[in-house]
Amino acid sequence: MSGSGKRVPVAKTYKIYIDGKFPRTESGRYFPLEDADGAVIANICRGSRKDFRNSVVAARKALDGWSAASAYLRGQILYRVAEMLEGRSEQFVAELCLQGLSRRKARNEVEASIDRLIYYAGWSDKYQQIFSAVNPVSSSHFNFSVLEPTGVVAVLAPNDSSLLGLISNIAPVIVGGNTAVVLASEKLPLCAVSFAEVLHASDVPAGVVNLLTGFREELCGQFASHMDVNAVIYCDGDVEVARSIQEKAADNIKRVIARVDNDWSDETSQNPYLIKETQETKTTWHPIGS
Amino acid sequence: MTSEAVTSANRMPDLGRVTLVDEVGVRERAARFQARSIKNESKTEALRLVLSMIDLTTLEGQDTPGKVAQLCQKAIHLHDALPGLPHVAAVCVYPTMVGVAKRALGNHDINVASVATAFPSGMALRQIKLEETRMAVAEGADEIDMVISRGAFLQGEYGFVFDEIAAIKEACGDAHLKVILETGELGTLDRVRRASVLAMHAGADFIKTSTGKIQPAATLPVTLVMLQAIRDFYFETGRMVGMKPAGGISNAKLAVHYLVMLRETLGNAWMTPKWYRFGASSLANDVLMQLRKQVTGNYQSADYFSKD
Repeated sequence: MSGSGKRVPVAKTYKIYIDGKFPRTESGRYFPLEDADGAVIANICRGSRKDFRNSVVAARKALDGWSAASAYLRGQILYRVAEMLEGRSEQFVAELCLQGLSRRKARNEVEASIDRLIYYAGWSDKYQQIFSAVNPVSSSHFNFSVLEPTGVVAVLAPNDSSLLGLISNIAPVIVGGNTAVVLASEKLPLCAVSFAEVLHASDVPAGVVNLLTGFREELCGQFASHMDVNAVIYCDGDVEVARSIQEKAADNIKRVIARVDNDWSDETSQNPYLIKETQETKTTWHPIGS
Repeated sequence: MTSEAVTSANRMPDLGRVTLVDEVGVRERAARFQARSIKNESKTEALRLVLSMIDLTTLEGQDTPGKVAQLCQKAIHLHDALPGLPHVAAVCVYPTMVGVAKRALGNHDINVASVATAFPSGMALRQIKLEETRMAVAEGADEIDMVISRGAFLQGEYGFVFDEIAAIKEACGDAHLKVILETGELGTLDRVRRASVLAMHAGADFIKTSTGKIQPAATLPVTLVMLQAIRDFYFETGRMVGMKPAGGISNAKLAVHYLVMLRETLGNAWMTPKWYRFGASSLANDVLMQLRKQVTGNYQSADYFSKD
């Protein structure tokens, strides 16, 4: 240690997360993220429609394996995500503070996020019992309705919540066996990229969650119109945007889930109905001997 | 024995004088084809051309007449929702399935290609290979895809390989002969170039990279070396030879890069299904999805395209 001057800090490059890897956007575009005083915090990838397309390919590829994994295993992996997040909570608190939260609020949000993951991990092998049924029919058949994941879900994460809103929308999707392509908050994208690193370290298979950063206005239409996406979740409550998503989604009759007025920090914004929203009901008629 | 003796007038080339391949140069040149910017209109044309050059292939031990008939239906009706599409060049099957394919294709202008000569290993006696070839042609195969004896080639028995190709060419009669070099087993680009020259001099109508059963299969550098061999052979003899990369080309974008390479190496004369083919099974659907995307502007899903 020569003691000659200060050490140069190593700043993190915020990249996107596709198919279990952390590439830069293929478009090579970035936008500066500024704090309240206008100082640049980081350069954020401005994801393109090709990044989105690559993500959908990855999510589609991952779907068979993830949806066939046992409910128990999916639950275990979600617990693992929560554990990893707990271990790195200081980093997330720091990032939330950078994006304008007080330290106390930041700590509350990180803790609520960890608890939310635990909440949905617990549901992994229980929601099926709540929502499935043996139906009465007047012929000699067993008739039962069970849930199956709807497939690849595109999530436009809430714009006004960096971490808790993101996790509140990803967890119910993947615990139900879907795979996800997520666009992080445009205003508050830092935690999303770091959360991808947490997912990466938690045995979540490559492609199950793909995370992009970028401009909503640019990517929203792509999320809605891609024929290989089975559902879109939109949380920001803008009626015009929701309408445009509905119209574009009609081409392949995607499920469109528009969530309005959600206070993600509220206890009531976690419930098994959010899991059910990205599930399909399959009804089977099974003949029985007379 | 004598009945199978080579009667071809072709002369064995001196492989010691074949141009050496600059591996670094070839790789750099091949990488550059992938950096070409292709505008929308050209892209649509290129994709349609790719479709027309595909040899729709099924070469599995589990093939059944039903599977082959289904593949032929796919060849005829690629995607009827997009009117005016070209059809593929050929359907490529095992010799036992030639009759099935021929019947399924009926009067449609789609060739039946049959692999032969103990595909994919080529490990059989010459009598058997010749007999297999004749039977496939008798069943109605328009094209024969043979494999070379890689073991003999790697041992330096070039004369043996040359005679074999010439004999098979004769057994083909009117059918076109494609010679598979199985470049994944040849090891170096120099050997690829030598095998190409050998096959062309022995009478190949097409040279083809791979069986699809060995990795690596077709790659851009290997294909470039073969294209250069075709070009030099043409300058030397005046005879055009076709090219067929096969195996591993499963997406439309890569196929278009192959076309760019073809255009810049051999020129427009080769840009037809008569002189260039893609051996592939999953490429067709990706091209169709891209073509549909060009029309609708939306990225497509495999859910809406028939499996072959």
